[in-house]
Amino acid sequence: MPAVAETLETVESLARSGYKFGFETTIDMDVAPKGLTEDTIRLISARKGEPAWLLDWRFAAFAAWRKMEEPRWARVHHTPIDYQDIHYYAAPKAKAGPASLDEVDPELLATYEKLGIPLKERAILAGVQGANVAVDAVFDSVSVATTFRATLAKSGVIFCPISEAVREHPDLVRQYLGTVVPVADNFFSALNSAVFTDGSFVYIPPGVRCPMELSTYFRINARNTGQFERTLIIADAGAQVSYLEGCTAPQRDENQLHAAVVELIALDDAKIKYSTVQNWYPGDAEGRGGIYNFVTKRGLCRGARSRISWTQVETGSAITWKYPSCVLEGDGSVGEFYSVAMTNHMQQADTGTKMIHIGRDTRSTIVSKGISAGKSDNTYRGLVRIGPRASGARNHTQCDSLLIGDRCGAHTVPYIESRNPSAKVEHEATTSKISEDQMFYCRARGLSQEDAVGLIVNGFCKEVLKELPMEFAVEAQKLLAVSLEGSVG
Amino acid sequence: MLEISGLAASVEGTPILRGIDLVVPSGEVHAIMGPNGSGKSTLSYVLAGREDYTVTAGSVRFDGADLLAMEPEMRAAAGVFLAFQAPVELPGVNNANFLRTALNAIRRARGEPELDAVQFLKLARAQSKALAMPEDMLKRNVNVGFSGGEKKRNEVLQMALLRPRLAILDETDSGLDIDALRIVADGVNALRRPEFSALVITHHQRLLERLVPDRVHVLAGGRILRSGGPELARELETRGYGAITAAAA
Repeated sequence: MPAVAETLETVESLARSGYKFGFETTIDMDVAPKGLTEDTIRLISARKGEPAWLLDWRFAAFAAWRKMEEPRWARVHHTPIDYQDIHYYAAPKAKAGPASLDEVDPELLATYEKLGIPLKERAILAGVQGANVAVDAVFDSVSVATTFRATLAKSGVIFCPISEAVREHPDLVRQYLGTVVPVADNFFSALNSAVFTDGSFVYIPPGVRCPMELSTYFRINARNTGQFERTLIIADAGAQVSYLEGCTAPQRDENQLHAAVVELIALDDAKIKYSTVQNWYPGDAEGRGGIYNFVTKRGLCRGARSRISWTQVETGSAITWKYPSCVLEGDGSVGEFYSVAMTNHMQQADTGTKMIHIGRDTRSTIVSKGISAGKSDNTYRGLVRIGPRASGARNHTQCDSLLIGDRCGAHTVPYIESRNPSAKVEHEATTSKISEDQMFYCRARGLSQEDAVGLIVNGFCKEVLKELPMEFAVEAQKLLAVSLEGSVG
Repeated sequence: MLEISGLAASVEGTPILRGIDLVVPSGEVHAIMGPNGSGKSTLSYVLAGREDYTVTAGSVRFDGADLLAMEPEMRAAAGVFLAFQAPVELPGVNNANFLRTALNAIRRARGEPELDAVQFLKLARAQSKALAMPEDMLKRNVNVGFSGGEKKRNEVLQMALLRPRLAILDETDSGLDIDALRIVADGVNALRRPEFSALVITHHQRLLERLVPDRVHVLAGGRILRSGGPELARELETRGYGAITAAAA
């Protein structure tokens, strides 16, 4: 049998056995009834103990959302989402919020333990497990624990659930919430603004370099529940922070919706590095189940010489619709986007970035690596816009696609708009396949097919993986290999 | 010991090998010579297990085991090594990382402990030096941007590290200058031991001056037409293949 045919059979015969995070946690939940009305929003707002201004803000978003339609321009197909058939709030039954880690439900601690996310500070400090990373753990609609807050507070860093920030730091939240992604920016951001439940809030004061990596770990657990988290990160003048985000969900036959909004704000000379390893349940080999991941992420380089860098490794979700972007407002500000998007079986990804150059001498770099296997579809969609004031702006885009097998698709859709004649915009794109020569060469040296593909794919992604913080890079490499299981020949 | 009997193989429906009988005892080096298109490379690919080469008849035993039933990586683990005529480029894959992954895969299969990065680098540096290879070849991506000679030397380096029990060299000497040729020959000679054998496919007598074979076989039209001692290679050098292929016709 020719190797290609054999490859395809192998791909088909293997379900996504590699998904290790498909378990479900049994825990008493406080769940809102299905459906979305003003009452749902009132309930969420009441559960969070929110002030009136935020409830009004949510209502305005809801009103805008009702007038909007789902975007149709992305190269993704799915059965219509019934927005009235979703629970918009699900939280483990407990006190309003644990005062200390000792009060966190042991069942939840065990869940994060299983996911490899240690929430026990003492164990970490004793060097027993894991790296020195502060974690905010979001379980369905609520943050269940945030570690190392006391340590961070010493340097003036605020790292807490956003619902708590609304209560404790209302001025900061009110000043910045929705300034980067306006409520009516798009269908999913409007939905998120109306019903967002939890997420992380970070504030780094002027001149402070955050003493440890910050991380949020999102876990969807409850059935038929959407996750709508909201993250807001502010780096004040001269501040620096590196933030990591990880996501998993149980293995289920039905689709679940995840529509997050992330806003980053960098003031003068501030630096924000935002890294994501997205591993939501991708559905099975036939395309049953999996997360619909419709996410709006945008960073505003508001200050001069500020820098925002997005790095993402996207291996999960049935559908990924995501364009982490940079608005380069401050003169001399820098935006970066490093992406690995991998699709296997029936997964669909339409992902990329927008680099909006407004200030003078702004620079942006885009490196996108798309890997498609099985019958999946993988689209890079990117916009580079140079405004009339952006003299001396520069962009370099490198966009590479790797195909495994011959039933998957890779598409590149670049949009370039320049209104300043002094700007320089470069776009390079390549498409390649893992050749049978490469596979045979590796196997003749003793490598299994999986090892060979893992090696080649990791080589293909190297430029992006080296942008990840050390602990994440190793995880990401393993994840790429696991997600490609059985896709080769 | 390698025993090939009645081996026939085709590529995309075209028969290339038409009944090969060949025994390479342990400890011996055999050379295979022959005109272009005679099936020399096909033989090496079939022995290493390339999938688009279909075996239509015959058998191959390696130390008594059915080699043809094994996946390519199992053959490598069993000690078969093919030095490619056209080594393949692996963009983004660091050469040292590739070599270590390969060596550890084979060590695992043999039940030997794996080497960590430090142990491996020490070994790889020593071997590179012995083969007069610039050390930066270990840091570069596998065969990417390598000159023809560097690619061939990289194959010899892999062979030296993996220490196979059967090395198949598919025209490893082609396109090499006299110094590189000496490196290849010395690389194989360094592996010579009672439990090692080699099948050296070449067009040229000059490799066989430094790498003296125990037997020389002439392959043409998918069959072995003549076998002899090292003197057969010299005869071919002066008289060409014509006399032998004509006599066989």
